[in-house]
Amino acid sequence: MTLTVNGEPKVIAAVTTVGNLLDHFGVSHQTVAVMVDGVIIAREHVGNTLLREGASIEIIRFVGGG
Amino acid sequence: MPILEDSPIQVGPYTFHSRLFVGTGKYASNTLMQDALAASGTELVTVALRRVNLSRSDEPSLLNFVPPSVKILPNTAGCYTVEDALLAADLARTAGIGDLIKLEVIADSMLLWPDPILTLQATERLVAKGFTVMVYTTPDPILAKHLEDAGAAAVMPLGSPIGSGQGIIDIEAIYRIKERVTRVPVVVDAGIGGAADAAVAMEAGADAVLVNTAIALAKNPAAMAEAMKWAVIAGRQGYLAGRMPKRRVAEASSPESGRVEAYGGL
Repeated sequence: MTLTVNGEPKVIAAVTTVGNLLDHFGVSHQTVAVMVDGVIIAREHVGNTLLREGASIEIIRFVGGG
Repeated sequence: MPILEDSPIQVGPYTFHSRLFVGTGKYASNTLMQDALAASGTELVTVALRRVNLSRSDEPSLLNFVPPSVKILPNTAGCYTVEDALLAADLARTAGIGDLIKLEVIADSMLLWPDPILTLQATERLVAKGFTVMVYTTPDPILAKHLEDAGAAAVMPLGSPIGSGQGIIDIEAIYRIKERVTRVPVVVDAGIGGAADAAVAMEAGADAVLVNTAIALAKNPAAMAEAMKWAVIAGRQGYLAGRMPKRRVAEASSPESGRVEAYGGL
């Protein structure tokens, strides 16, 4: 499946849901937020939101800031 | 222990006993930050939201280095529009941090100066969406009052530009804002460079200060964090004690009568 993840084009096999994608990149599901095509995915729906070909995904976390 | 009993600071539904809020940016390492947060005694720390670095996605979460008793205050740093700020706040809430948000809507990339009009608009929108909004703002007394009226949970005027360490350039602005914003805390945010700056802000009546760079870029961040803790207490106690009025001319501390004068003197 061809996706854009955090602005980078990616070809990733064997992912069907947003949760799979987090697991693929080794990102903890805790304290991250995910947007698919500009829509924020509620935490309880990360595991069952299906990815579609060409989708743009943003995976956001907390970093140091003032 | 402070001599004068102090009340905790209330930000919306949240209560803090420390009047020092601390940022988590710019530390050389997470452990240096962890030590500084502990030394500061803070109960509220700011964080930013950014994309996960996909090539380093297994690096530990910043939140692992923040004491669990400390409340997290996500910011909207880097937002230049109302819509971006709303999106950042929604993302922070989705990430499971809650409804507390530090609103920054910036107008000028060199000064990181808040956009007064967009900041007010974004405050109204975030309050309507149920956020507890701590608003980074220009040191303008009228805007500060508008923000309070719009439902801000704290009004946070800058002392000087973010990260500049110039201190409180216009201390009168803090007095002016405190005289007008009476229902929610006034937090001096940005510009504090040294412990004395924090004390000056608190002595002027600020309810709290928010410090990041002055601690993170100190030679010894933990020691500076502790210095800031005591400076905030000293300034606060000075405020509670009631500062003497300023005078244009001298007023002798020693009695004017019965002065010793050489023989033949006046």
